[in-house]
Amino acid sequence: MKDKYDLIVVGAGPGGSIAAKTAAEHGLDVLLIEKRSEIGDPVRCAEGISKEGLRQFIEPDKRWIAARTKGARIYSPDGTKIEMAEDMAGSEVGYVLERKIFDRVLAKNAAMAGAEVMVKTRATSLIIEDGFVRGIRGEHIGEGFEIRSDIVIGADGVESKVGRWAGIDTTLKLSDIESGAQFLMADIDFDPNYCDFYLGNKLAPGGYVWVFPKGKHEANVGLGILGSRSGGMQAIDYLRRFVETHCPDGKILEIIVGGVPVSAPIERTTASGLMLIGDAARMANPITGGGILHAMDSGMMAGEVAASAISRGDVSVKALEEYETRWRSTIGAVIERSYKVKELFMGSSDKELNGLAHTIENVDFTELTIGGLVEALIKKNPKLFWELRHLF
Amino acid sequence: MVIVDRHKCGHCGACVAVCPVYAIELVGTWIEIGEECKECGLCTQVCPMGSLEVGT
Repeated sequence: MKDKYDLIVVGAGPGGSIAAKTAAEHGLDVLLIEKRSEIGDPVRCAEGISKEGLRQFIEPDKRWIAARTKGARIYSPDGTKIEMAEDMAGSEVGYVLERKIFDRVLAKNAAMAGAEVMVKTRATSLIIEDGFVRGIRGEHIGEGFEIRSDIVIGADGVESKVGRWAGIDTTLKLSDIESGAQFLMADIDFDPNYCDFYLGNKLAPGGYVWVFPKGKHEANVGLGILGSRSGGMQAIDYLRRFVETHCPDGKILEIIVGGVPVSAPIERTTASGLMLIGDAARMANPITGGGILHAMDSGMMAGEVAASAISRGDVSVKALEEYETRWRSTIGAVIERSYKVKELFMGSSDKELNGLAHTIENVDFTELTIGGLVEALIKKNPKLFWELRHLF
Repeated sequence: MVIVDRHKCGHCGACVAVCPVYAIELVGTWIEIGEECKECGLCTQVCPMGSLEVGT
């Protein structure tokens, strides 16, 4: 550990590791810290990801791909099935990751690019001088330290404090966070070619249940409920109830929980000497809750902007505006319109959800994405989705 | 003060994200509640495990 780096990245999830790798490749002297003693563990993720999205950042490797899927099936409360899948045999559209390995490989790649990595190391506050973030104070295996840097990237996830320390309010309203619980289950029967989604106010109010294959007879079975709709029952209670009826004989190998931001884009993600990325910047998709790709994408942007700002000798909030502009026009645009869809769907009764499902039951989807799904819904229910007509 | 049942807690940090007064911290594998806590109870609602309670 040195006492000064060009860049400190707080948090070694997929976003932080990509940010550290990108910045190191651009010649910056980088420190990547992770508060846990093991990178990637415990997992707080359903682990599903689109194949095309992932390949923008890393070549798929069987060491961290638990399952390959050819599509998704969405079940409305009355059991109506909407299938969005690639028909050709052997074709795949998605992966279910083994995050414990995936995250560590990404951190290793950052290390191989030249970044220094420290685990069991957490930030406890920021060094702020003349309105500029100039490093962090923290603890490494219980020992306090102070390290300076030109820029700090906050990649500290849903429980992010880095932004708050710099005066950026990232607090989530209860209606803008999903409370999630998941069992890794073995010895259950399901089709390992699909990611399955179950909708319904009784199953998962303000969210959905997912069953994502992790191999033969093994799956991530989990759900998210909207924080504002927990009403006496917590996510874990809803999950136990789902499992009792849908896979009572399955064995639980892991219990994991997590909070997922499902908010509109936040107002600021930069301060002088500071950028926030991924879940710390509330960049998960408000419809799906998926956050890995946005985290990696924003990590790459922040790494590049850090390199160019430092090379110009200007890390002011004005110089970092380039990062705001870039993520808002890409990730931000997706979050913005997904949030509108989320808000519109959130109040739907089971009867309404069933009605919508019936209208697109037999649609041949041209695009196997959430965008494709919403587009089909708008086409079949133009009046209902009038406000969304220009968005998809 | 909010009380954490450490045996139930899954240390996910959802409570940290909703705390309006920044009183909660996820330190490695446990939750710490600071004196800033106003007992608003938002964290108890978002906790997936039901491990938080507003106590006296």
